[in-house]
Amino acid sequence: MGRIYAKEEVCIGCRLCEIHCIVQHSKSKRIIKAFKEEPRALPRAIVEEEGALSFALQCRHCDEPLCVEACMSGAMHIEDGKVLCDSDRCVGCWMCIMSCPFGAIKRDEYHKISSKCDLCAGSDMPACVANCPNEALVYEVD
Amino acid sequence: MTKYCIIGNSAAAIGAVEAIRDNDQDNPITIISKEPYHVYSRPLISYLLAGKITEDKMYYRDMDFYEKNNVEFINKTALTIDTENKAVILDDGKVEYDKLLISTGGTPFVPPTEGMEKNGVFTFTTWDDAKKVSEQLYNVKKAVVIGGGMIGIKASEALKARGIDVTIVELADAILSTVFDQTASEIARKHLENLGIKIITGNSVTKILGKNKVSGVVLKDGEKINCNLVIFAIGVRPNIEVVKDTPVKTNRGIVVDERMETSVSGIFAAGDVAEAYDSLNKENRLLPIWPLAYRQGKIAGCNMSGEKKVYDGGFVMNSIELIDLPTISFGLTNIDDKFEILSRINGEEYKKIVLKDGFVVGAIFIGCIDRAGILSGLIRDKIDVSAFKDVILDDNFGYISFPKDLRKERLSG
Repeated sequence: MGRIYAKEEVCIGCRLCEIHCIVQHSKSKRIIKAFKEEPRALPRAIVEEEGALSFALQCRHCDEPLCVEACMSGAMHIEDGKVLCDSDRCVGCWMCIMSCPFGAIKRDEYHKISSKCDLCAGSDMPACVANCPNEALVYEVD
Repeated sequence: MTKYCIIGNSAAAIGAVEAIRDNDQDNPITIISKEPYHVYSRPLISYLLAGKITEDKMYYRDMDFYEKNNVEFINKTALTIDTENKAVILDDGKVEYDKLLISTGGTPFVPPTEGMEKNGVFTFTTWDDAKKVSEQLYNVKKAVVIGGGMIGIKASEALKARGIDVTIVELADAILSTVFDQTASEIARKHLENLGIKIITGNSVTKILGKNKVSGVVLKDGEKINCNLVIFAIGVRPNIEVVKDTPVKTNRGIVVDERMETSVSGIFAAGDVAEAYDSLNKENRLLPIWPLAYRQGKIAGCNMSGEKKVYDGGFVMNSIELIDLPTISFGLTNIDDKFEILSRINGEEYKKIVLKDGFVVGAIFIGCIDRAGILSGLIRDKIDVSAFKDVILDDNFGYISFPKDLRKERLSG
Protein backbone atom coordinates (compact mmCIF):
# COMPACT_ATOMS: atom_id res chain seq x y z
CA MET A 1 0.00 0.00 0.00
CA GLY A 2 1.39 3.36 -1.00
CA ARG A 3 0.49 6.95 -0.47
CA ILE A 4 1.67 10.20 -2.01
CA TYR A 5 2.84 12.98 0.28
CA ALA A 6 3.43 16.60 -0.65
CA LYS A 7 6.19 18.81 0.70
CA GLU A 8 4.64 22.23 0.44
CA GLU A 9 7.93 23.92 1.40
CA VAL A 10 9.50 22.90 -1.92
CA CYS A 11 6.46 22.89 -4.21
CA ILE A 12 6.92 25.60 -6.84
CA GLY A 13 3.34 25.40 -8.16
CA CYS A 14 4.44 24.38 -11.66
CA ARG A 15 1.51 22.00 -12.05
CA LEU A 16 3.62 19.45 -13.90
CA CYS A 17 1.98 16.86 -11.62
CA GLU A 18 -1.38 17.73 -13.14
CA ILE A 19 0.00 17.62 -16.65
CA HIS A 20 1.66 14.24 -16.23
CA CYS A 21 -1.43 12.91 -14.50
CA ILE A 22 -3.46 13.91 -17.56
CA VAL A 23 -0.94 12.24 -19.86
CA GLN A 24 -0.90 9.08 -17.76
CA HIS A 25 -4.69 8.82 -17.87
CA SER A 26 -5.03 9.74 -21.54
CA LYS A 27 -5.62 7.27 -24.34
CA SER A 28 -2.39 8.08 -26.19
CA LYS A 29 -0.15 8.54 -23.12
CA ARG A 30 1.71 11.18 -25.14
CA ILE A 31 1.84 14.72 -23.95
CA ILE A 32 0.83 16.67 -27.06
CA LYS A 33 -1.77 14.15 -28.21
CA ALA A 34 -3.17 13.85 -24.69
CA PHE A 35 -4.07 17.50 -24.66
CA LYS A 36 -5.93 17.26 -27.95
CA GLU A 37 -7.98 14.23 -26.95
CA GLU A 38 -11.71 14.77 -26.74
CA PRO A 39 -12.55 14.58 -23.93
CA ARG A 40 -9.21 15.43 -22.39
CA ALA A 41 -8.38 13.22 -19.41
CA LEU A 42 -8.90 14.87 -16.05
CA PRO A 43 -6.00 15.40 -13.68
CA ARG A 44 -6.60 13.42 -10.51
CA ALA A 45 -4.06 15.41 -8.53
CA ILE A 46 -5.55 18.60 -7.13
CA VAL A 47 -3.16 21.54 -6.93
CA GLU A 48 -4.04 24.05 -4.25
CA GLU A 49 -2.39 27.42 -4.57
CA GLU A 50 -2.51 30.75 -2.80
CA GLY A 51 0.22 33.32 -3.15
CA ALA A 52 3.58 31.64 -2.74
CA LEU A 53 2.13 28.55 -1.09
CA SER A 54 1.16 25.55 -3.17
CA PHE A 55 0.94 21.78 -2.96
CA ALA A 56 -0.68 18.87 -4.75
CA LEU A 57 -3.25 16.70 -3.06
CA GLN A 58 -4.21 13.21 -4.17
CA CYS A 59 -6.52 10.54 -2.77
CA ARG A 60 -5.11 9.43 0.60
CA HIS A 61 -6.11 5.80 -0.08
CA CYS A 62 -7.49 5.63 3.46
CA ASP A 63 -7.46 2.40 5.43
CA GLU A 64 -11.15 2.86 6.18
CA PRO A 65 -12.30 4.92 3.20
CA LEU A 66 -15.52 6.81 3.78
CA CYS A 67 -16.06 7.03 0.02
CA VAL A 68 -16.25 3.24 -0.16
CA GLU A 69 -18.72 3.10 2.72
CA ALA A 70 -20.88 5.77 1.09
CA CYS A 71 -20.80 4.36 -2.43
CA MET A 72 -24.23 2.96 -3.16
CA SER A 73 -23.44 1.34 -6.50
CA GLY A 74 -20.44 -0.67 -5.33
CA ALA A 75 -18.14 1.21 -7.73
CA MET A 76 -15.76 2.50 -5.08
CA HIS A 77 -13.73 -0.35 -3.68
CA ILE A 78 -10.40 -1.37 -2.21
CA GLU A 79 -8.02 -3.41 -4.32
CA ASP A 80 -4.59 -4.34 -2.98
CA GLY A 81 -4.74 -1.41 -0.58
CA LYS A 82 -5.69 1.07 -3.28
CA VAL A 83 -9.03 2.85 -3.28
CA LEU A 84 -10.34 2.60 -6.82
CA CYS A 85 -13.52 3.56 -8.68
CA ASP A 86 -14.94 1.02 -11.12
CA SER A 87 -16.07 3.30 -13.94
CA ASP A 88 -18.53 0.69 -15.25
CA ARG A 89 -20.36 0.63 -11.95
CA CYS A 90 -20.25 4.34 -11.07
CA VAL A 91 -23.50 6.21 -11.77
CA GLY A 92 -22.34 9.66 -10.67
CA CYS A 93 -24.46 9.96 -7.51
CA TRP A 94 -21.61 11.93 -5.87
CA MET A 95 -21.99 10.25 -2.49
CA CYS A 96 -18.19 9.86 -2.48
CA ILE A 97 -17.71 13.59 -3.04
CA MET A 98 -20.03 14.20 -0.10
CA SER A 99 -17.97 11.88 2.09
CA CYS A 100 -14.31 12.34 1.19
CA PRO A 101 -12.80 14.56 3.91
CA PHE A 102 -9.92 15.50 1.59
CA GLY A 103 -12.04 16.65 -1.31
CA ALA A 104 -9.87 14.36 -3.41
CA ILE A 105 -12.58 13.02 -5.72
CA LYS A 106 -13.66 14.98 -8.77
CA ARG A 107 -16.67 14.84 -11.02
CA ASP A 108 -15.91 13.65 -14.52
CA GLU A 109 -18.82 15.52 -16.02
CA TYR A 110 -18.26 14.14 -19.51
CA HIS A 111 -18.62 10.51 -18.47
CA LYS A 112 -20.76 11.36 -15.45
CA ILE A 113 -18.60 9.30 -13.11
CA SER A 114 -16.23 9.99 -10.25
CA SER A 115 -12.58 10.55 -11.05
CA LYS A 116 -9.80 9.92 -8.58
CA CYS A 117 -6.16 9.00 -8.12
CA ASP A 118 -5.49 5.31 -8.86
CA LEU A 119 -1.78 5.57 -7.98
CA CYS A 120 -1.15 5.04 -11.69
CA ALA A 121 -2.34 1.45 -11.81
CA GLY A 122 0.25 -0.77 -13.38
CA SER A 123 3.30 1.39 -12.82
CA ASP A 124 5.67 1.38 -9.87
CA MET A 125 5.85 5.11 -9.46
CA PRO A 126 2.90 7.50 -9.83
CA ALA A 127 3.44 9.89 -12.74
CA CYS A 128 2.99 13.01 -10.59
CA VAL A 129 5.77 11.90 -8.25
CA ALA A 130 8.07 10.72 -11.04
CA ASN A 131 7.77 14.04 -12.86
CA CYS A 132 7.88 16.49 -9.98
CA PRO A 133 10.96 18.62 -10.80
CA ASN A 134 11.63 19.68 -7.22
CA GLU A 135 10.86 16.46 -5.38
CA ALA A 136 7.90 18.10 -3.72
CA LEU A 137 5.99 14.86 -4.08
CA VAL A 138 7.11 11.61 -2.52
CA TYR A 139 5.64 8.16 -2.78
CA GLU A 140 5.87 6.05 0.32
CA VAL A 141 5.06 2.38 0.40
CA ASP A 142 4.18 0.81 3.75
CA MET B 1 -18.03 -22.93 15.83
CA THR B 2 -19.75 -19.57 15.65
CA LYS B 3 -22.78 -19.41 13.40
CA TYR B 4 -23.42 -15.94 12.01
CA CYS B 5 -26.86 -15.05 10.73
CA ILE B 6 -27.98 -11.84 9.05
CA ILE B 7 -31.57 -10.91 8.29
CA GLY B 8 -31.58 -8.52 5.35
CA ASN B 9 -29.41 -8.19 2.28
CA SER B 10 -28.48 -4.58 1.67
CA ALA B 11 -25.79 -2.09 2.76
CA ALA B 12 -25.72 -2.97 6.48
CA ALA B 13 -25.73 -6.70 5.77
CA ILE B 14 -22.83 -6.44 3.36
CA GLY B 15 -20.92 -4.14 5.72
CA ALA B 16 -21.28 -6.85 8.35
CA VAL B 17 -20.21 -9.69 6.04
CA GLU B 18 -17.09 -7.79 4.98
CA ALA B 19 -16.18 -6.95 8.58
CA ILE B 20 -16.78 -10.50 9.80
CA ARG B 21 -14.62 -11.89 7.02
CA ASP B 22 -11.79 -9.54 7.98
CA ASN B 23 -11.71 -11.26 11.37
CA ASP B 24 -13.05 -14.72 10.69
CA GLN B 25 -12.64 -16.49 7.37
CA ASP B 26 -14.02 -19.84 8.46
CA ASN B 27 -17.29 -19.81 10.31
CA PRO B 28 -20.46 -19.86 8.23
CA ILE B 29 -22.60 -16.80 7.52
CA THR B 30 -26.25 -17.12 6.53
CA ILE B 31 -28.11 -14.25 4.90
CA ILE B 32 -31.90 -14.42 5.02
CA SER B 33 -33.71 -12.20 2.54
CA LYS B 34 -37.31 -12.15 1.42
CA GLU B 35 -36.20 -10.67 -1.88
CA PRO B 36 -34.91 -13.25 -4.38
CA TYR B 37 -32.02 -11.16 -5.70
CA HIS B 38 -28.29 -11.28 -5.37
CA VAL B 39 -27.28 -8.23 -3.31
CA TYR B 40 -28.35 -5.15 -5.25
CA SER B 41 -28.51 -1.43 -4.59
CA ARG B 42 -31.97 -0.13 -3.87
CA PRO B 43 -31.10 3.50 -4.66
CA LEU B 44 -30.29 2.38 -8.20
CA ILE B 45 -33.91 1.56 -8.98
CA SER B 46 -34.54 5.13 -10.12
CA TYR B 47 -31.55 4.89 -12.48
CA LEU B 48 -32.93 1.59 -13.80
CA LEU B 49 -36.43 2.95 -14.33
CA ALA B 50 -34.99 6.02 -16.05
CA GLY B 51 -33.11 3.76 -18.44
CA LYS B 52 -29.73 5.14 -17.31
CA ILE B 53 -28.42 1.71 -16.33
CA THR B 54 -29.13 -1.86 -17.35
CA GLU B 55 -30.17 -4.67 -14.98
CA ASP B 56 -26.65 -6.11 -14.78
CA LYS B 57 -25.49 -2.84 -13.16
CA MET B 58 -27.96 -3.19 -10.30
CA TYR B 59 -25.71 -5.47 -8.28
CA TYR B 60 -23.84 -3.97 -5.34
CA ARG B 61 -21.23 -6.69 -5.26
CA ASP B 62 -19.91 -9.18 -7.84
CA MET B 63 -21.95 -12.27 -8.59
CA ASP B 64 -19.43 -14.49 -6.78
CA PHE B 65 -19.65 -12.42 -3.57
CA TYR B 66 -21.54 -15.03 -1.52
CA GLU B 67 -19.35 -17.84 -2.74
CA LYS B 68 -16.12 -15.96 -2.06
CA ASN B 69 -17.27 -14.99 1.41
CA ASN B 70 -18.72 -18.38 2.31
CA VAL B 71 -22.23 -16.97 2.67
CA GLU B 72 -25.32 -19.12 2.40
CA PHE B 73 -28.17 -17.12 0.90
CA ILE B 74 -31.68 -18.12 1.94
CA ASN B 75 -34.57 -16.53 0.08
CA LYS B 76 -37.22 -16.80 2.77
CA THR B 77 -39.09 -14.52 5.13
CA ALA B 78 -37.92 -14.27 8.73
CA LEU B 79 -41.05 -14.26 10.89
CA THR B 80 -39.67 -13.99 14.39
CA ILE B 81 -36.71 -14.79 16.59
CA ASP B 82 -36.62 -17.47 19.24
CA THR B 83 -34.11 -15.73 21.50
CA GLU B 84 -34.12 -18.58 24.08
CA ASN B 85 -33.04 -21.19 21.57
CA LYS B 86 -31.14 -18.76 19.35
CA ALA B 87 -32.99 -19.41 16.13
CA VAL B 88 -34.59 -17.28 13.43
CA ILE B 89 -38.00 -18.71 12.61
CA LEU B 90 -38.74 -18.61 8.89
CA ASP B 91 -41.98 -19.05 6.99
CA ASP B 92 -40.51 -22.44 6.17
CA GLY B 93 -37.98 -23.79 8.68
CA LYS B 94 -35.52 -22.06 10.95
CA VAL B 95 -31.90 -20.89 11.07
CA GLU B 96 -29.88 -21.29 14.26
CA TYR B 97 -27.36 -18.62 15.18
CA ASP B 98 -24.75 -17.66 17.72
CA LYS B 99 -24.50 -14.07 16.53
CA LEU B 100 -27.41 -12.44 14.76
CA LEU B 101 -27.67 -9.16 12.85
CA ILE B 102 -31.05 -7.63 12.13
CA SER B 103 -30.69 -5.35 9.11
CA THR B 104 -34.20 -5.53 7.75
CA GLY B 105 -34.35 -1.93 6.54
CA GLY B 106 -37.63 -0.15 6.08
CA THR B 107 -40.94 -0.40 4.28
CA PRO B 108 -42.73 2.47 2.60
CA PHE B 109 -45.50 3.99 4.64
CA VAL B 110 -48.78 4.22 2.73
CA PRO B 111 -51.54 6.11 4.53
CA PRO B 112 -55.00 4.60 4.18
CA THR B 113 -56.43 6.35 1.12
CA GLU B 114 -59.70 5.68 -0.64
CA GLY B 115 -59.01 3.81 -3.86
CA MET B 116 -55.45 2.79 -2.96
CA GLU B 117 -56.14 -0.85 -3.94
CA LYS B 118 -56.61 0.06 -7.60
CA ASN B 119 -54.40 -1.17 -10.35
CA GLY B 120 -51.66 1.38 -11.01
CA VAL B 121 -50.84 2.33 -7.41
CA PHE B 122 -47.28 1.61 -6.32
CA THR B 123 -44.54 2.31 -3.84
CA PHE B 124 -40.96 2.75 -5.01
CA THR B 125 -38.19 1.25 -2.92
CA THR B 126 -37.42 -2.23 -4.26
CA TRP B 127 -36.30 -3.76 -7.54
CA ASP B 128 -39.72 -5.42 -7.83
CA ASP B 129 -41.37 -2.02 -7.41
CA ALA B 130 -39.29 -0.67 -10.29
CA LYS B 131 -40.17 -3.69 -12.44
CA LYS B 132 -43.88 -3.35 -11.75
CA VAL B 133 -43.86 0.36 -12.53
CA SER B 134 -41.83 -0.21 -15.68
CA GLU B 135 -44.19 -2.93 -16.92
CA GLN B 136 -47.12 -0.51 -16.66
CA LEU B 137 -45.51 2.41 -18.40
CA TYR B 138 -46.53 1.41 -21.92
CA ASN B 139 -50.02 2.74 -21.25
CA VAL B 140 -49.20 5.54 -18.85
CA LYS B 141 -49.17 9.16 -19.94
CA LYS B 142 -49.57 10.92 -16.64
CA ALA B 143 -48.40 10.05 -13.15
CA VAL B 144 -48.92 11.49 -9.71
CA VAL B 145 -46.15 11.04 -7.17
CA ILE B 146 -47.28 11.52 -3.58
CA GLY B 147 -44.37 12.90 -1.56
CA GLY B 148 -41.67 15.39 -2.50
CA GLY B 149 -38.82 13.85 -0.55
CA MET B 150 -35.80 12.01 -1.92
CA ILE B 151 -37.67 8.93 -3.14
CA GLY B 152 -40.51 10.94 -4.66
CA ILE B 153 -38.14 13.23 -6.50
CA LYS B 154 -35.99 10.39 -7.87
CA ALA B 155 -39.11 8.47 -8.94
CA SER B 156 -40.43 11.60 -10.67
CA GLU B 157 -37.15 12.20 -12.42
CA ALA B 158 -37.12 8.62 -13.71
CA LEU B 159 -40.73 8.81 -14.92
CA LYS B 160 -39.99 12.10 -16.63
CA ALA B 161 -37.00 10.51 -18.38
CA ARG B 162 -39.41 7.88 -19.70
CA GLY B 163 -41.62 10.55 -21.21
CA ILE B 164 -44.32 10.56 -18.55
CA ASP B 165 -46.04 13.76 -17.47
CA VAL B 166 -45.40 13.92 -13.71
CA THR B 167 -47.06 15.84 -10.90
CA ILE B 168 -45.62 15.75 -7.39
CA VAL B 169 -48.02 16.33 -4.50
CA GLU B 170 -46.27 17.25 -1.26
CA LEU B 171 -47.98 17.84 2.07
CA ALA B 172 -45.35 20.27 3.40
CA ASP B 173 -44.88 23.77 2.03
CA ALA B 174 -41.69 22.82 0.20
CA ILE B 175 -40.09 19.83 -1.48
CA LEU B 176 -37.11 18.11 0.12
CA SER B 177 -37.96 20.04 3.28
CA THR B 178 -36.22 17.57 5.59
CA VAL B 179 -32.83 18.00 3.92
CA PHE B 180 -32.95 21.54 2.52
CA ASP B 181 -33.70 24.99 3.83
CA GLN B 182 -36.28 27.22 2.15
CA THR B 183 -33.83 28.77 -0.32
CA ALA B 184 -32.52 25.40 -1.50
CA SER B 185 -36.04 23.99 -1.78
CA GLU B 186 -37.06 26.94 -3.93
CA ILE B 187 -34.08 26.49 -6.27
CA ALA B 188 -34.85 22.78 -6.53
CA ARG B 189 -38.50 23.44 -7.21
CA LYS B 190 -37.86 26.00 -9.94
CA HIS B 191 -35.28 23.76 -11.55
CA LEU B 192 -37.63 20.79 -11.70
CA GLU B 193 -40.58 22.89 -12.81
CA ASN B 194 -38.54 24.45 -15.62
CA LEU B 195 -37.80 20.94 -16.83
CA GLY B 196 -41.46 20.07 -16.90
CA ILE B 197 -42.25 18.42 -13.56
CA LYS B 198 -45.35 19.87 -11.93
CA ILE B 199 -45.14 20.44 -8.19
CA ILE B 200 -48.03 21.03 -5.83
CA THR B 201 -47.16 21.76 -2.18
CA GLY B 202 -49.26 22.18 0.94
CA ASN B 203 -51.72 19.64 -0.38
CA SER B 204 -52.41 15.92 -0.28
CA VAL B 205 -54.24 13.18 -2.14
CA THR B 206 -57.51 12.22 -0.44
CA LYS B 207 -58.91 9.84 -3.03
CA ILE B 208 -57.71 7.74 -5.93
CA LEU B 209 -60.20 7.56 -8.78
CA GLY B 210 -60.93 4.87 -11.37
CA LYS B 211 -62.80 1.60 -11.78
CA ASN B 212 -60.19 -1.12 -11.52
CA LYS B 213 -57.42 0.99 -12.94
CA VAL B 214 -56.33 4.39 -11.71
CA SER B 215 -57.80 7.25 -13.70
CA GLY B 216 -56.95 10.16 -11.44
CA VAL B 217 -56.63 11.55 -7.93
CA VAL B 218 -58.56 14.08 -5.89
CA LEU B 219 -56.64 16.50 -3.68
CA LYS B 220 -57.59 17.86 -0.29
CA ASP B 221 -58.67 21.16 -1.83
CA GLY B 222 -60.94 19.34 -4.27
CA GLU B 223 -58.73 19.66 -7.32
CA LYS B 224 -58.79 16.64 -9.60
CA ILE B 225 -55.73 15.44 -11.53
CA ASN B 226 -56.04 12.84 -14.28
CA CYS B 227 -53.36 10.15 -14.21
CA ASN B 228 -52.84 6.44 -14.89
CA LEU B 229 -50.17 5.86 -12.28
CA VAL B 230 -49.78 6.78 -8.63
CA ILE B 231 -46.62 6.34 -6.59
CA PHE B 232 -46.68 6.67 -2.82
CA ALA B 233 -43.35 8.07 -1.65
CA ILE B 234 -44.23 9.58 1.68
CA GLY B 235 -41.66 7.92 3.85
CA VAL B 236 -40.26 4.68 5.13
CA ARG B 237 -40.83 2.91 8.44
CA PRO B 238 -38.36 0.52 10.02
CA ASN B 239 -39.16 -3.17 9.65
CA ILE B 240 -39.30 -4.19 13.30
CA GLU B 241 -41.98 -6.90 12.98
CA VAL B 242 -39.40 -9.64 13.26
CA VAL B 243 -38.62 -8.65 16.88
CA LYS B 244 -42.22 -8.09 17.92
CA ASP B 245 -43.04 -10.17 21.03
CA THR B 246 -39.34 -10.83 21.61
CA PRO B 247 -37.20 -9.29 24.38
CA VAL B 248 -35.38 -7.14 21.79
CA LYS B 249 -36.14 -3.59 22.84
CA THR B 250 -37.66 -1.27 20.28
CA ASN B 251 -38.62 2.33 20.11
CA ARG B 252 -39.51 3.50 16.61
CA GLY B 253 -36.65 1.32 15.45
CA ILE B 254 -34.51 -1.24 17.22
CA VAL B 255 -32.59 0.20 20.16
CA VAL B 256 -28.84 -0.44 19.99
CA ASP B 257 -25.80 0.42 22.08
CA GLU B 258 -22.51 1.87 20.85
CA ARG B 259 -21.45 -1.58 19.61
CA MET B 260 -24.70 -1.90 17.63
CA GLU B 261 -25.86 -4.63 20.00
CA THR B 262 -29.53 -4.75 20.97
CA SER B 263 -30.94 -5.28 24.45
CA VAL B 264 -30.44 -9.03 23.88
CA SER B 265 -26.84 -10.18 24.03
CA GLY B 266 -25.61 -11.62 20.75
CA ILE B 267 -28.27 -9.89 18.68
CA PHE B 268 -27.20 -6.80 16.78
CA ALA B 269 -29.07 -4.33 14.56
CA ALA B 270 -27.84 -1.91 11.90
CA GLY B 271 -29.04 0.26 9.06
CA ASP B 272 -32.46 1.79 8.49
CA VAL B 273 -34.03 -0.43 11.18
CA ALA B 274 -31.68 0.65 13.98
CA GLU B 275 -31.74 3.69 16.24
CA ALA B 276 -28.05 4.44 16.41
CA TYR B 277 -26.21 7.47 17.73
CA ASP B 278 -26.66 10.79 15.94
CA SER B 279 -23.51 12.73 16.75
CA LEU B 280 -25.01 16.15 15.97
CA ASN B 281 -28.32 15.78 17.76
CA LYS B 282 -26.55 13.80 20.49
CA GLU B 283 -29.22 11.14 20.78
CA ASN B 284 -30.02 7.77 19.32
CA ARG B 285 -32.46 7.94 16.43
CA LEU B 286 -33.35 6.56 13.04
CA LEU B 287 -31.01 7.85 10.34
CA PRO B 288 -31.92 5.85 7.25
CA ILE B 289 -29.10 6.68 4.85
CA TRP B 290 -26.79 4.43 2.89
CA PRO B 291 -23.36 5.45 4.24
CA LEU B 292 -24.42 4.99 7.85
CA ALA B 293 -26.14 1.68 7.11
CA TYR B 294 -22.89 0.31 5.73
CA ARG B 295 -20.89 1.78 8.62
CA GLN B 296 -23.21 0.41 11.28
CA GLY B 297 -23.24 -3.00 9.60
CA LYS B 298 -19.47 -2.96 9.61
CA ILE B 299 -19.32 -2.04 13.32
CA ALA B 300 -21.84 -4.78 14.12
CA GLY B 301 -19.83 -7.27 12.06
CA CYS B 302 -16.64 -6.40 13.93
CA ASN B 303 -18.29 -6.91 17.31
CA MET B 304 -19.99 -10.10 16.17
CA SER B 305 -16.64 -11.56 15.20
CA GLY B 306 -14.71 -10.64 18.31
CA GLU B 307 -13.20 -7.29 17.39
CA LYS B 308 -14.34 -4.64 19.84
CA LYS B 309 -15.32 -1.58 17.85
CA VAL B 310 -17.41 1.41 18.82
CA TYR B 311 -19.78 3.30 16.53
CA ASP B 312 -18.83 6.92 17.02
CA GLY B 313 -22.08 8.13 15.56
CA GLY B 314 -23.16 9.67 12.32
CA PHE B 315 -25.26 12.52 11.01
CA VAL B 316 -27.68 12.94 8.18
CA MET B 317 -26.11 13.46 4.76
CA ASN B 318 -27.59 13.28 1.30
CA SER B 319 -26.37 13.68 -2.23
CA ILE B 320 -29.13 13.92 -4.77
CA GLU B 321 -29.01 15.06 -8.34
CA LEU B 322 -32.12 16.86 -9.53
CA ILE B 323 -32.05 16.32 -13.29
CA ASP B 324 -28.40 17.35 -13.75
CA LEU B 325 -28.39 19.80 -10.84
CA PRO B 326 -26.10 18.21 -8.24
CA THR B 327 -26.93 18.86 -4.59
CA ILE B 328 -25.39 17.80 -1.31
CA SER B 329 -26.62 18.57 2.17
CA PHE B 330 -25.63 17.38 5.59
CA GLY B 331 -26.05 18.02 9.26
CA LEU B 332 -28.28 20.70 10.66
CA THR B 333 -29.61 22.93 7.90
CA ASN B 334 -32.93 24.23 9.13
CA ILE B 335 -32.02 25.95 12.33
CA ASP B 336 -32.75 28.86 14.64
CA ASP B 337 -30.80 32.02 15.48
CA LYS B 338 -28.45 30.32 17.93
CA PHE B 339 -26.41 29.36 14.92
CA GLU B 340 -24.15 31.38 12.68
CA ILE B 341 -24.97 31.13 9.00
CA LEU B 342 -22.62 31.81 6.11
CA SER B 343 -24.18 31.66 2.68
CA ARG B 344 -23.99 32.87 -0.87
CA ILE B 345 -26.26 32.46 -3.84
CA ASN B 346 -25.80 33.03 -7.54
CA GLY B 347 -28.58 31.76 -9.77
CA GLU B 348 -28.87 28.04 -9.21
CA GLU B 349 -25.63 27.95 -7.25
CA TYR B 350 -26.16 28.10 -3.52
CA LYS B 351 -23.83 27.36 -0.66
CA LYS B 352 -24.68 27.56 3.00
CA ILE B 353 -22.55 26.63 5.97
CA VAL B 354 -24.02 26.47 9.47
CA LEU B 355 -21.71 27.05 12.44
CA LYS B 356 -22.14 26.74 16.17
CA ASP B 357 -19.49 28.01 18.57
CA GLY B 358 -16.90 27.91 15.80
CA PHE B 359 -17.72 24.39 14.61
CA VAL B 360 -19.42 23.43 11.36
CA VAL B 361 -22.69 21.63 12.09
CA GLY B 362 -24.38 21.66 8.71
CA ALA B 363 -24.08 22.63 5.05
CA ILE B 364 -26.02 22.82 1.81
CA PHE B 365 -24.46 22.84 -1.64
CA ILE B 366 -26.62 23.33 -4.73
CA GLY B 367 -25.00 23.34 -8.14
CA CYS B 368 -21.50 23.69 -6.67
CA ILE B 369 -20.77 20.48 -4.78
CA ASP B 370 -17.07 20.07 -5.53
CA ARG B 371 -15.01 19.17 -2.45
CA ALA B 372 -18.12 19.29 -0.25
CA GLY B 373 -16.68 16.37 1.71
CA ILE B 374 -14.06 18.63 3.28
CA LEU B 375 -16.92 20.22 5.20
CA SER B 376 -18.51 16.92 6.25
CA GLY B 377 -15.05 15.90 7.46
CA LEU B 378 -14.81 19.04 9.57
CA ILE B 379 -18.12 18.11 11.22
CA ARG B 380 -17.18 14.47 11.71
CA ASP B 381 -13.81 15.27 13.25
CA LYS B 382 -15.14 18.20 15.28
CA ILE B 383 -12.61 20.74 14.08
CA ASP B 384 -12.83 24.35 15.21
CA VAL B 385 -12.95 26.45 12.03
CA SER B 386 -12.95 29.89 13.68
CA ALA B 387 -9.50 30.64 12.25
CA PHE B 388 -10.57 30.19 8.62
CA LYS B 389 -14.33 30.56 8.54
CA ASP B 390 -14.12 33.81 6.57
CA VAL B 391 -12.88 31.90 3.51
CA ILE B 392 -14.98 28.79 3.99
CA LEU B 393 -17.48 29.78 1.28
CA ASP B 394 -14.82 30.58 -1.31
CA ASP B 395 -14.66 28.58 -4.52
CA ASN B 396 -11.06 27.68 -3.89
CA PHE B 397 -11.55 26.80 -0.23
CA GLY B 398 -9.45 23.78 0.54
CA TYR B 399 -6.63 22.50 2.65
CA ILE B 400 -4.67 25.59 1.69
CA SER B 401 -7.12 27.58 3.82
CA PHE B 402 -6.32 25.50 6.91
CA PRO B 403 -3.74 26.61 9.47
CA LYS B 404 -0.46 24.90 8.57
CA ASP B 405 -0.39 22.57 11.58
CA LEU B 406 -3.91 21.34 10.98
CA ARG B 407 -3.21 20.80 7.29
CA LYS B 408 -0.05 18.84 8.02
CA GLU B 409 -1.78 16.75 10.64
CA ARG B 410 -4.67 15.85 8.34
CA LEU B 411 -2.65 15.19 5.22
CA SER B 412 0.15 13.23 6.80
CA GLY B 413 -2.02 10.47 8.28
